[in-house]
Amino acid sequence: MTDFSEYKGIWVFCEQRNGELMPTDFELVSEAARLAKEIGCKVTGVVLGNGMETAAKELGGYGADEVIVCDDPLLEVYTTDAYTKVLCDLVNEYKPEALLMGATNIGRDLGPRCAARLHTGLTADATHLDVDTKEYIEFLRSSSTLDVDTVKLDEDDRNLKMTRPAFGGHMMATIICPRFRPQMSTVRPGVMKKAEFDQAKADACQVIRPAFSISKEDIHVEVLSVEKAAKKMVDLIGANVVVSVGRGISKNVKEGIALAEKLADAMGGVVGASRAVVDAGWMSSDHQVGQTGKTVHPKIYVALGISGAIQHTAGMQDSELIIAVNKNESAPIFGVADYGIVGDLFKVVPDLLKAMEAERAVR
Amino acid sequence: MKAIVCVKQVPDTAGKVAYKPDGTLDRAAMEVVTNPDDLNALEAALQLKDEAGCEVVVISMGPAPAEGMLRELLARGADRAILVSGREFGGSDTFATSQILAAAVNRVGVGPDDIVFCGRQAIDGDTAQVGPQIAEKLHLPQVSYAAEIKKDGNQLTVKRMLEDGFMMLRVDTPCLITCIKELNQPRYMNVRGIFECFDKEIEVFDYEALKDDPLIETDTIGLKGSPTNVFKAFTPPQKGAGAMLNGDDAAAKLASILAEKHLI
Repeated sequence: MTDFSEYKGIWVFCEQRNGELMPTDFELVSEAARLAKEIGCKVTGVVLGNGMETAAKELGGYGADEVIVCDDPLLEVYTTDAYTKVLCDLVNEYKPEALLMGATNIGRDLGPRCAARLHTGLTADATHLDVDTKEYIEFLRSSSTLDVDTVKLDEDDRNLKMTRPAFGGHMMATIICPRFRPQMSTVRPGVMKKAEFDQAKADACQVIRPAFSISKEDIHVEVLSVEKAAKKMVDLIGANVVVSVGRGISKNVKEGIALAEKLADAMGGVVGASRAVVDAGWMSSDHQVGQTGKTVHPKIYVALGISGAIQHTAGMQDSELIIAVNKNESAPIFGVADYGIVGDLFKVVPDLLKAMEAERAVR
Repeated sequence: MKAIVCVKQVPDTAGKVAYKPDGTLDRAAMEVVTNPDDLNALEAALQLKDEAGCEVVVISMGPAPAEGMLRELLARGADRAILVSGREFGGSDTFATSQILAAAVNRVGVGPDDIVFCGRQAIDGDTAQVGPQIAEKLHLPQVSYAAEIKKDGNQLTVKRMLEDGFMMLRVDTPCLITCIKELNQPRYMNVRGIFECFDKEIEVFDYEALKDDPLIETDTIGLKGSPTNVFKAFTPPQKGAGAMLNGDDAAAKLASILAEKHLI
C-alpha cells in the first residue's frame, strides 16, 4: 500500500499535435479546476513537446495553477516510448494524486502504458468525475435510476469517482482506484465544459521546467511521417445541427445517407452516424456519435433510424432539441427525444424536407 | 517465427441486449461472439502465415465455454489455441488481465522474430487498455490503431490512425500491434479447417501453469490484484418522453414546430 499523504494535486496531461494544444486539453483543465476546488489542491497542466511554453501558459486561463513544460526535439512528435518515460518519471518525482488525459487515439495509447508502468489503475473514457461524495450523490440523483436515498456512501471518501459508459454503452459504471496513486483516467473529448478564458490567470500561471532525460535509445518506434487526412473531417463537435443515421437505413444505404445529407443541408448541419452504421462500413468513423464515437451537444439533433442504445445516447442526450424518427414505436431513442415520429425515414424525411420548404415560403 | 494473437469472447453488445425483469442486464441470455477487432488481429497473423509460413498461436482468457470460440479460430487457420482459465483470474480489471495474458504470452515465448497482435478494444468494455498494458509488461514496443502493416524482414511499417489523419511508423520485431477493422477483412472458416479443428487440442493455462511467472502474484491478478474497482453500476433514467407526432402530417407538424421555435 502506498502512502497517499505524499500524493497531491491534479495533473492534466495536455496533448499537443503539431505544436498546438488539443481542444480537449482546455476542457480537462477546466474540469480539473472544478475538482481541485472540491479537494483543495492545485491543478497542473503537463505539456510535452518542443517550444511549448507560450501555448502551455494559455492553460492557466482555464484553471491551471501551473504548467510543467518539457521541451525536446525528441518530444516534438508523439511516441509511446518517449512520452511514457518522461511522464512516468515526472509522476514518480512529483506524485500527483490524480492524472487525467483526453481519451484521444494518443491518450488511449499513452494512458494504459503509463498506468501499467506506474502500477496504478486507469479508467477509460470517463464522462463524469467527482470527488466530493455529496456532489456524487446529486449526480446519481439526476443521472441514474438508483433510489439515491437508500444508497449509503461514506461522506469522507476522497477517492476520485470516475463514471463511464460500460458494457457496450448499455449501462454506466463508476470506477474508483482506492489502493494506488495516482488515480488515472482518460476522459472523453467534448464532454467536459470549457471554462471562460481568463487572461489574468493565464498571465499568472507559473511555468515549471523540470529536469528530465530522454534519448534516442529510449525510443523503439520511429515516426516516418505524420499525415493529415486528405478528406476534410466532419466537425461533429462544433456543429449546430447533427442529423444522424442508424441501422434503419439498411434497406437502401445510399439513399438513406443522401436523405440525411439533404436534411442536414436544409438545417445547416452535418451528418452523423450510429456505431452500427460505422461498423458496417457505410460511413467513416469520423461521423460516429456515441460512446465509441464523439459526444455532441448541438442545438438540434435528428436521429434517423437509430434505436437509441445507451452506446448512442451517451453521445447525444445533452443536445438542446432531439428529434427521433424510427419505425419501431418502442425504440429507446423516443425516451430521450423531444419530438418523435413513428415511421419510415425514407418517407418521413422527404415529407419533412417538403414541409420545411413550405414553412420557409410562408414566413 | 510466431504470431501470437490475444482474443476475447464477448457478449454481443451490438446485437440484441437482454434485460432481466428488474431492468438489469441479463448477460447469460446474450449471444457471445469473438470480439470484432480481435478477428482483424487474427487475420493480420494469418496473412503473415500465408506470406512467411509462421505459426499462429491464439490466446484467450476466459471461462471454459470460450473453448468453442478457440476451436472456431483454429478452423479459421490458427495453429495453436490456448485458453487461460482459472478461478484465481476472475474479477481482473485491465491491469490484472494484462498481467495474466503477458504471463501466458511469456510461457509461449516471444522470440526475436515474433509479433503479438491484439484487437484495439473489446466491445464489452471499450477500454483499449489491455494491448498496451501487455506490451509494457513484456517490455515490447507497441503500435496501436494499426490500419496497415507491411513487413520487410524484421522491420514493420505500420499506418497508425489518428482522429485527424495518421502516422507512418517503423518498428522492429518483437513488438505488439493493436488492430482496427480498417486493417483487413477477416476470412471465414474453411471446410478443411472445420474438420481439422476438432483434432487439435485446446491447451489450458491455469493458475498452476502460470504461477511461477514473476508477473503472477496474488496481489497482481484477479479481483484482489485489480487497481480499479467498480464503485457503483447503474442505468441512466430515461429523459421524460417528449411529444409523439402522429398521423400522415407528422412531418408537417414537426416543420411548423421548428419554424415556430425559429429553428429553421
